[in-house]
Amino acid sequence: MGDLPPYPERPPQQPPDRRTSQASQRQYSRDQVQPPAADPEEGQQIAPDAQRNTPGWSQRGSLSQQESLLMPRAFQAEEARIGSMEYPSMNTGFPLEFQPQPYSDESRIQAAEVTTSLMQRLQQGQSSLFQQLDSTFPEPPVNPLDPFNLYQTDHFSEGAQHGPYIRDDPALQFSPSELGFPRYSAEVPEPEPLELAVQNAKAYLLQTSISCDLSLYEHLVNLLTKILNQRPEDPLSVLESLNRTTQWEWFHPKLDTLRDDPEMQPTYEMAEKQKALFTRSGGGAEGEQEMEEEVGETPVPNIMETAFYFEQAGVGLSSDESFRIFLAMKQLAEQQPIHTCRFWGKILGMNRSYLVAEVEFREGEEEAEEEEVEEMTEGGEVMEAHGEEEGEEDEEKAVDIIPKPVWKPPPVIPKEESRSGANKYLYFVCNEPGLPWTRLPHVTPAQIVNARKIKKFFTGYLDAPVVSYPPFPGNEGNYLRAQIARISAATQVSPLGFYQFSEEEGDEEEEGGAGRDSYEENPDFEGIPVLELVDSMANWVHHTQHILPQGRCTWVNPLQKTEEEEDLGEEEEKADEGPEEVEQEVGPPLLTPLSEDAEIMHLAPWTTRLSCSLCPQYSVAVVRSNLWPGAYAYASGKKFENIYIGWGHKYSPENFNPALPAPIQQEYPSGPEIMEMSDPTVEEEQALKAAQEQALGATEEEEEGEEEEEGEETDD
Amino acid sequence: MDADSLLLSLELVSGSGQGLSPDRRASLLTSLMLVKRDYRYDRVLFWGRILGLVADYYIAQGLSEDQLAPRKTLYSLNCTEWSLLPPATEEMVAQSSVVKGRFMGDPSYEYEHTELQKVNEGEKVFEEEIVVQIKEETRLVSVIDQIDKAVAIIPRGALFKTPFGPTHVNRTFEGLSLSEAKKLSSYFHFREPVELKNKTLLEKADLDPSLDFMDSLEHDIPKGSWSIQMERGNALVVLRSLLWPGLTFYHAPRTKHYGYIYVGTGEKNMDLPFML
Repeated sequence: MGDLPPYPERPPQQPPDRRTSQASQRQYSRDQVQPPAADPEEGQQIAPDAQRNTPGWSQRGSLSQQESLLMPRAFQAEEARIGSMEYPSMNTGFPLEFQPQPYSDESRIQAAEVTTSLMQRLQQGQSSLFQQLDSTFPEPPVNPLDPFNLYQTDHFSEGAQHGPYIRDDPALQFSPSELGFPRYSAEVPEPEPLELAVQNAKAYLLQTSISCDLSLYEHLVNLLTKILNQRPEDPLSVLESLNRTTQWEWFHPKLDTLRDDPEMQPTYEMAEKQKALFTRSGGGAEGEQEMEEEVGETPVPNIMETAFYFEQAGVGLSSDESFRIFLAMKQLAEQQPIHTCRFWGKILGMNRSYLVAEVEFREGEEEAEEEEVEEMTEGGEVMEAHGEEEGEEDEEKAVDIIPKPVWKPPPVIPKEESRSGANKYLYFVCNEPGLPWTRLPHVTPAQIVNARKIKKFFTGYLDAPVVSYPPFPGNEGNYLRAQIARISAATQVSPLGFYQFSEEEGDEEEEGGAGRDSYEENPDFEGIPVLELVDSMANWVHHTQHILPQGRCTWVNPLQKTEEEEDLGEEEEKADEGPEEVEQEVGPPLLTPLSEDAEIMHLAPWTTRLSCSLCPQYSVAVVRSNLWPGAYAYASGKKFENIYIGWGHKYSPENFNPALPAPIQQEYPSGPEIMEMSDPTVEEEQALKAAQEQALGATEEEEEGEEEEEGEETDD
Repeated sequence: MDADSLLLSLELVSGSGQGLSPDRRASLLTSLMLVKRDYRYDRVLFWGRILGLVADYYIAQGLSEDQLAPRKTLYSLNCTEWSLLPPATEEMVAQSSVVKGRFMGDPSYEYEHTELQKVNEGEKVFEEEIVVQIKEETRLVSVIDQIDKAVAIIPRGALFKTPFGPTHVNRTFEGLSLSEAKKLSSYFHFREPVELKNKTLLEKADLDPSLDFMDSLEHDIPKGSWSIQMERGNALVVLRSLLWPGLTFYHAPRTKHYGYIYVGTGEKNMDLPFML
């Protein structure tokens, strides 16, 4: 039992006193309450009075006094219970005189009571609770929820000493709650029915279900703690979301430091790979000497500078992505024998995208790989030759000569040599910087011709099949290479004069009018003013060769190839073919200005802009292709660059019309020698037989008649 | 994308290749602030950029408190002065559906479209060729409306609906988790739901009415018209529409950053079924 307060007479007197004082106190409190109950000032004014009245009592009294004045009526009922813990006498009104005994753990009790009352408050949905709590606890002597966590350990019986108390008249309780909180009482030999009710209520709140560990009580504790800690504005409106969040947090605790989050695994892997990009190559001793050696020429261009200029035009990837691409290209340059390289662009795909680097190998480096490829194809041809010979033998053996099909596959147009035409550069692709680069094979004319007929999205996987009609000869890697070739041929432009033809010219006649296919940089190029570049398309030229309808840049007569085949095969077929004239295909020569480009249905093929209209002095000229959306070029002073970022398809104002399937093949022309005759039916056969028999029978009868006559004569 | 987080959003969306130049960005930041003040919008979104032959249109949208209410669209040619566009009507959409090709870039440009119309003159019925003039502004309005209805998306949980009716931004949206971010069903169309009522009762029972009140992308036709990718080393999920190429939606999982932008020619990709 705590020390008795300055009212030692209280305990024995309480029972009788209680009632009277209760009554009087009720009046007292009512008087105090009826003036604006929510007036904090008044409360504060009265508080000092209260304190004066009970010197031994400090904040506890003022607390409840203020509360009594400030809280709405119903709350007072709860407060009454708070009070009632101390001096188990009241429900309405708090006579300060009646709070004599400080219990040793009064704070906890108080807290518990406050909590239960607060919870009830929540149930009743009075939002002014917290605000009022704020105002009433200028210096919370006891943060009502602080010892809350203590409360978690939770034993209902506090072991607190308390004085005898008086049963309350339940009718005096103003709480609408069905839980019926009476005043709290600690260990009592016989639990009061009201107290029992409280215990039951609390036990009910604390129960957990089979499916989850969390009891409503704990959840509400967490929720209220969270709200009071975070103090959101207008908490009622976010109550539902907070509720959900709190529940979620309980069931998804932060993982401890020993375990990694399984979901983030792929992210971490990618990050590791990209981190590898950032480490310097060729480890070893680092020193300033190495620095000097490394600052030499690197085949990788200044991608950051290019990215900066394109950013002025509003095109391009973000700067950190560009830097990563730069590092990835540096890595590529270390792995492959590269002479020059360039960032060509990015082709978007459905599942992944491709970053494309345009590369030129050093002299002689490439041939090793080329030979392997050629061997493969030669091996294939040899096999075919064997097949033909066997077929011929079979044919000779057969008695009936099977008619040979007239159809011959169209001659295969040979692909261009590497380093020339469409295969001038090698292309490497990767999906993201940090992943290994893959080399794309050279493009064949057949692939280009087919690529012009189909329109397919890229999936992002190089070995994915391209399902289309006409069937594309190759997989996605080949299709990608073909599109890259088409885009390069159509949209790689440079300012007029940057490139010039080399002085040593071959005879144009010998090359069949195909034009020159090499150029070099013009050392005297002085740059064209930006405004002029924007005004006229004649100031820009293509510096890649146009791809002919055949699929190559230089024309090859397909018939010439057949002559070689004839050496191997029969001569008969030559006669069948007859002279087929194939017209030579001519395309615009290299370095033609863009003003010569064909229009797309009354649409200019190129659009030019100044990058920034507000400061024309420092802007760059930007050219955008309308035929291949996503192809951009910029030029400023002596610098220029091209880039392509897009889906990899040509623009056409009309809808795409897929190629119609080929007409149905004709059957072999019918003629009498192969025409099937229908077998005679049974009736016809029988009729024929009958007719024959009749004819026979007629002649036989005559003979028989003669024989019978002879026979009959003898018989007799 | 929200005008408040414009710079970050532009950075995250740059994987599609087309963005804004620094001068445009700077002018957008200031002008969108003024637009918000002048028109008293709750939120201003930078919708995107339509590339025209002569000039580009920059489009912004303003939202009121109710996120699903019809949005006001504004356009500008230089990112500084904005003009309000009229709301789209069905008539406009029908009228401008006949116009094909690129945008010109001049709002007063008129497309000419010859139509055969039956004209009754007395007893004769014959067809006359009538040249209909369609203003580019009308076409702009209808294209923006079509794009919004078709491909404007937000992640699940970003908006929530209260029982009183209006839809609010969910302040406690912490982002989708990585596994959720790769599924099409975690993204909703940012418009009034059209297909929600067609769901079976069983499906509806699983929905949370405060969060799942819009159509998800799962049942979009044609199937496969969305491309989902992870970029930036798996730290960003990017959805690109294949039906309206140029629309990019980004979301950084486990953060509350998300947004979409359209940078393109304003033409629908009618060849999509052939390309898949």
